Amino acid sequence: MLNTVFLPELALMLTVLVLFFMTLGKFRTGTVQAVSLLLAAVTLVATFASYGQQGSLFFDAYQIDNLSQLFKMAIVGGLFLIFFLGRGLVGIQGKLHSEYNMFLAISAMGLVFLSSSVELLTILLSLEISSYALYVVIPFRRGQGRMHVEAGIKYVLFGAASTGLTLYGMSYVYGLTGTTYLNELATLMPSLIATQPLAIIAMVLVMTAFFYKLAMFPMHFWTPDVYQGASNETSSFVATLPKAGAVLLLLRFVNVAGVDVTQFTWVLATIAVFSMTLGNLTALVQTDLKRLLAYSSIAHAGYVMIGILTSDEMGMAAAVFYVIGYLLMNLGCFYVIYNIAPDGQNVSFDDLKGLSRRSPLLALTLMVSAFGMAGIPPTIGFIGKFMIFTGAIHKGFYALVIIAVMNAAVAAFYYLKMARAAYCGADDDQDAIALPLGAKLLGTFFILSIIIVGAMPQSLLAVAKEAVATIL
Amino acid sequence: MEKYLILNTLNFPILSMLLIVPVVGAIVAMFLRGDTLLKFWGLAVTLATAVISLPLWTCFDQTTAKYQFVELRHWFPALNLEYVIGVDGISVLLVLLTTFVMPLCVLCSWTYIKIRMKEFIIVTLLMETAMLGVFMSMNTVLFYIFWEGMLVPMYLIIAIWGGARKDYASIKFFLYTFAGSIFLLVAIIAMYIKTGTFFIPELMDHSFTFAFQLWVFLACAIGFAIKMPMFPFHTWLPAAHVEAPVAGSVILASILLKMGGYGFLRFCLPMAPAATLYCVPYLLVMSLISIIVGGYLALGQSDIKKLIAYSSVGHMGFVTLGIFLLNDAGIKGAMLQMLNHGVTTGALFILIGIIYERTHSREISDNNKLGMFMPIYVTFLGIFSLSSLAFPGTNSFVGEFLVLFGAFDKYPLVGAVSILGAVLAAAYMLRLLQKMVWDDSDGHAHHGDDHGDDEHHLFDCNFREFIQLAFLTVFVFWIGLHPTPLLDMMDTSVAHLIHQVDAGSAVQEAVHHGEHHALLNNAGAWVKNLF
Repeated sequence: MLNTVFLPELALMLTVLVLFFMTLGKFRTGTVQAVSLLLAAVTLVATFASYGQQGSLFFDAYQIDNLSQLFKMAIVGGLFLIFFLGRGLVGIQGKLHSEYNMFLAISAMGLVFLSSSVELLTILLSLEISSYALYVVIPFRRGQGRMHVEAGIKYVLFGAASTGLTLYGMSYVYGLTGTTYLNELATLMPSLIATQPLAIIAMVLVMTAFFYKLAMFPMHFWTPDVYQGASNETSSFVATLPKAGAVLLLLRFVNVAGVDVTQFTWVLATIAVFSMTLGNLTALVQTDLKRLLAYSSIAHAGYVMIGILTSDEMGMAAAVFYVIGYLLMNLGCFYVIYNIAPDGQNVSFDDLKGLSRRSPLLALTLMVSAFGMAGIPPTIGFIGKFMIFTGAIHKGFYALVIIAVMNAAVAAFYYLKMARAAYCGADDDQDAIALPLGAKLLGTFFILSIIIVGAMPQSLLAVAKEAVATIL
Repeated sequence: MEKYLILNTLNFPILSMLLIVPVVGAIVAMFLRGDTLLKFWGLAVTLATAVISLPLWTCFDQTTAKYQFVELRHWFPALNLEYVIGVDGISVLLVLLTTFVMPLCVLCSWTYIKIRMKEFIIVTLLMETAMLGVFMSMNTVLFYIFWEGMLVPMYLIIAIWGGARKDYASIKFFLYTFAGSIFLLVAIIAMYIKTGTFFIPELMDHSFTFAFQLWVFLACAIGFAIKMPMFPFHTWLPAAHVEAPVAGSVILASILLKMGGYGFLRFCLPMAPAATLYCVPYLLVMSLISIIVGGYLALGQSDIKKLIAYSSVGHMGFVTLGIFLLNDAGIKGAMLQMLNHGVTTGALFILIGIIYERTHSREISDNNKLGMFMPIYVTFLGIFSLSSLAFPGTNSFVGEFLVLFGAFDKYPLVGAVSILGAVLAAAYMLRLLQKMVWDDSDGHAHHGDDHGDDEHHLFDCNFREFIQLAFLTVFVFWIGLHPTPLLDMMDTSVAHLIHQVDAGSAVQEAVHHGEHHALLNNAGAWVKNLF
């Protein structure tokens, strides 16, 4: 029993181990990718197999429940898609391909551990496993000046600082309550938050590392530079999987803080408002597509936060739904970026011109993803926003929702700019982009999943509700 | 639920078919090759949709205000959200208008659209489904999904096949309408939280507090006023009309603009009756300004498309005016006027498309003295221009007459001011007609020596163009001379709607005697003082 509960982690460790042995020899990129994909697929199957199981391991510091397993599926599924999407690893130095995949797998492993961690130190360790692998990976970029070095340093510095703040917060939490277990904190914290300002400071500090991972104001500064400096493959990882992990932990922490609307809720609401507004306004003027996605991710962090801070079933399920949709739409965009840049260079709006002629599939994927992120029905992004707003109004946060919808209207402009660049622009004869069958399938997958889940959200929402029910 | 609806008793799911046929047509079109084949395919699909919609006319039960042909399926049980579509006297005519205008949109693009025919057909068909969905939805979320979903194809139509400033126009169109309707979403969610339902008839029966109604009314009204478009939210319309390809202009004028009026009738009036009553003076004033400003701006245009676009602002002013008179003649007139505008302005945009294909200019001064070369064309131009200025015997006369009748009945001063709009309409349309048909005072289009050439390419309407215009001409005279069948169709539903508004506001007064009573009285007094 213990083994099937722990199966996804074991499979992922096996993946890391195999990739580690591959780093010792010399393999062609194709082989590395095939092995990575196969192992990721095996892990995905293992994760699906373990869904629905309950259990706790390692002195109750590690809890397997529906929520953790759902996020493990999202993380491993995302890893699979990222391996699939970066098929040639064109942006990575040739001799580092096995190492690259190994570190990505390690980072995903850290996030998978994080999903199940319910004790502060375990959380910190898992987080660090995931972060350290990324610190290494970000500077792995081939021939694009020195941007990637800057990106690497920024990521390390901000990461270290936010981890420090989180640790500091944890010391307060432990000092106030004498425990590091989340379930025990959940019984003590609500009354403390209602009476002691220090408890609010402590909780916000604990969440800092996750704000950093989610690119939420005020820990968002690294995002644009890292997205821009890291290779397209790496950005697609940084932009998606750690955010899923962060959302899960934020859900757990907000749940610890209790369901009542307190000053803590208002702190989170303020952060959400700043995140949305700042992200959207800055995104308006970007010309580099990855920088634009970085600012848009800051804005999306704000929307997700609205769902999280409602701390009831509807809002939290909406946040889970939203982040899964966000993974799909964002990966859709990065899939397009990766395929437009044959040498792994950054993509600007000018490079998108005439895309619908060069490759109708890429243009359609970009348009569907962009409209999805803008929240136009019938996409997964619309249902996500709709659910989040429903949850927030249910709690009576009208002002927050009004600010959020105004932001959505602002954001529509730059998403529209992406779609317009792909469909309009110069009609001069550029070379058609030839996509291999696998890439075509992947693009079709993104389009269909974004639209079909948007039109029939019932089952995914049911799963999300089931998942958050385990922590409420 | 039975008290609100009559399930579909036809042997086939007519409304779902109307939604599905264009989507299937669009999917099939993805695999077709060859522009001619695609055009015929698009025409076949839109015609098939029109034929399928015919039973809505023949089998419609005029004696009930309930929704008919209803289909009900579970969709999203977690939120009490159902796939429920149906039509009543208010929406059925708009559904028919849509299905009948769409084949014309394909026909008028036959030679106008020169690039990316496949994408054009796909987008047009998706557009048809979205528009039909808006008129059929009996569920607020479904309504919103179609309402927003419609933006994407319309945006693409302007942005890909549009004119020189298509970037500007398409983005302006998208952002205006998106920004307006996103508040609608908040209103929809807020009403759901209060009542636990998204089902439109139930929401209509629910009596909200006055303060809540006012917020709902404002949130909805902004979205609908932008769509209408109502002064001062009208600036996107001329830009979008001028840059859109001919089919885009026809869709915009004939169907899209009707959604604002439909939204007012479906959401604002029945769901927020007390707030409606409270806001009537403001909306009447805005309608009057729309009528006058639209007409006045149309008077000064040199671009034919812009002229028609501004005239649309004026016509839509009559529609909102009729709606917010809140009496039988006003609302019926407004609804009839929506259909008339669909027929007449649609036809005028088709006429502009025809001449643009020949002279490649939309300037009035480049297109004058056409009477010499294109007799059939100018005949149609004459008919539709007269219809546009509401000449007796044409369709618009009936609609405008009903609205004016309602206005004089309730607020004579409002009626008197709106007469001015009718005069302006005559002025700008007759000026257009005179210049385009007879005028040769400034000959820069037909510079002396080229005269022979002009004759050569200013050929008259061909059969395809003739069919489109003749088809719409039938409606001009049918509605103009015998509007009773149409009025009968909307009769029961309009009576029901007026009853809802009266009952709703009466309940409000009974329940909340204090503050709102004073507010309403104030509003009433304000109106009386003003007019």
